[in-house]
Amino acid sequence: MTKTFSLRLGRGGLVVAAALCVALPAQADVGQIKVATGQVFVDRKGQSLPGRVGLPLEADDVLRTGADGSVGITMRDNSLLSAGPNSILSLEHFEFDPTTSEGRFDARLQRGTLAVVSGRIAKKAPQAMTVRTPSAVLGVRGTEFVVSVDE
Amino acid sequence: MNKLVARAALLTALLVVGCAGPTETVVLLPNPGGQDTAVTVTRDGRQVVLAQPYAGARLGRGGAEAFASSAGQVQARYGTALAAQPLPPAQFTLFFIENKDELTDESKRIVDSVFAEIARRPIPDVIVIGHTDTVGNDAANDALSRQRADVVRAAFVARGLAADKVVTVGRGKREPAVATGDGVAEARNRRVEILVR
Repeated sequence: MTKTFSLRLGRGGLVVAAALCVALPAQADVGQIKVATGQVFVDRKGQSLPGRVGLPLEADDVLRTGADGSVGITMRDNSLLSAGPNSILSLEHFEFDPTTSEGRFDARLQRGTLAVVSGRIAKKAPQAMTVRTPSAVLGVRGTEFVVSVDE
Repeated sequence: MNKLVARAALLTALLVVGCAGPTETVVLLPNPGGQDTAVTVTRDGRQVVLAQPYAGARLGRGGAEAFASSAGQVQARYGTALAAQPLPPAQFTLFFIENKDELTDESKRIVDSVFAEIARRPIPDVIVIGHTDTVGNDAANDALSRQRADVVRAAFVARGLAADKVVTVGRGKREPAVATGDGVAEARNRRVEILVR
């Protein structure tokens, strides 16, 4: 069965689309690199990938920056994470239901500096997002904050 | 003499704490939206709540220590991380003329703004989120809201946006723009939100 919908936009004139037949992109991605400067690597399944702008991220990815590096990522729930130089950031767990905003997000800063803007997961359920450091667990309540781990 | 010994001991203790192991620091930033905001810091079963802008906690081997940070200190230590922060998602809302598949005139102009925002970003991705009013049950509204989002997505793709840059979401009646009771027809809630990220 194909349902046809139509929608009139400002410039496009009448657009007829078999909207239900459109295949959507895979939702395996948990986020994307939006900003990258200097040396940035993504460790994934035993491989080290160059952390370029646009790279889709997966759960369990570990982002590493060099002495001149920084990286900014947008997660699927609109959380924004950005790390400064000499940082190691693990995306330990991410699941997100975009319809209900329910999910779970745990990130870990092993080293370096990190700025966090929480997204829909934490807005829906504050206890559903944590940022861990080597010795502490940070809970998020609709928040922007910064974290550092100095060795 | 005793005082000197005590001072030396204190200094030694501070140096030991200062040198031992990693130091972790957390600072709460002001919330630009102005809402209440807080970070909890839990360590060894004990919890500290940071609830004021620039409230900080420093965790070393000697334990946790509260301190007051400042915009200047945060910029000095975290400036590079903050500079790498992606642009926050830009949000737009489209409304439909009642009982038609046509956007209102104002919404047509908003579509132009959406495309301008897409052009402004180096690696844009777009999320199209359909909403319904509260007439009907969750299952029906979830399906209807997804349908609305799919229609807008198809129109954006027809206008030139790459298909793999757009995903659609239906949120049903969970997030009305205007609070109503259940079962209330409300045009302002029959809408599609666009997030450009």
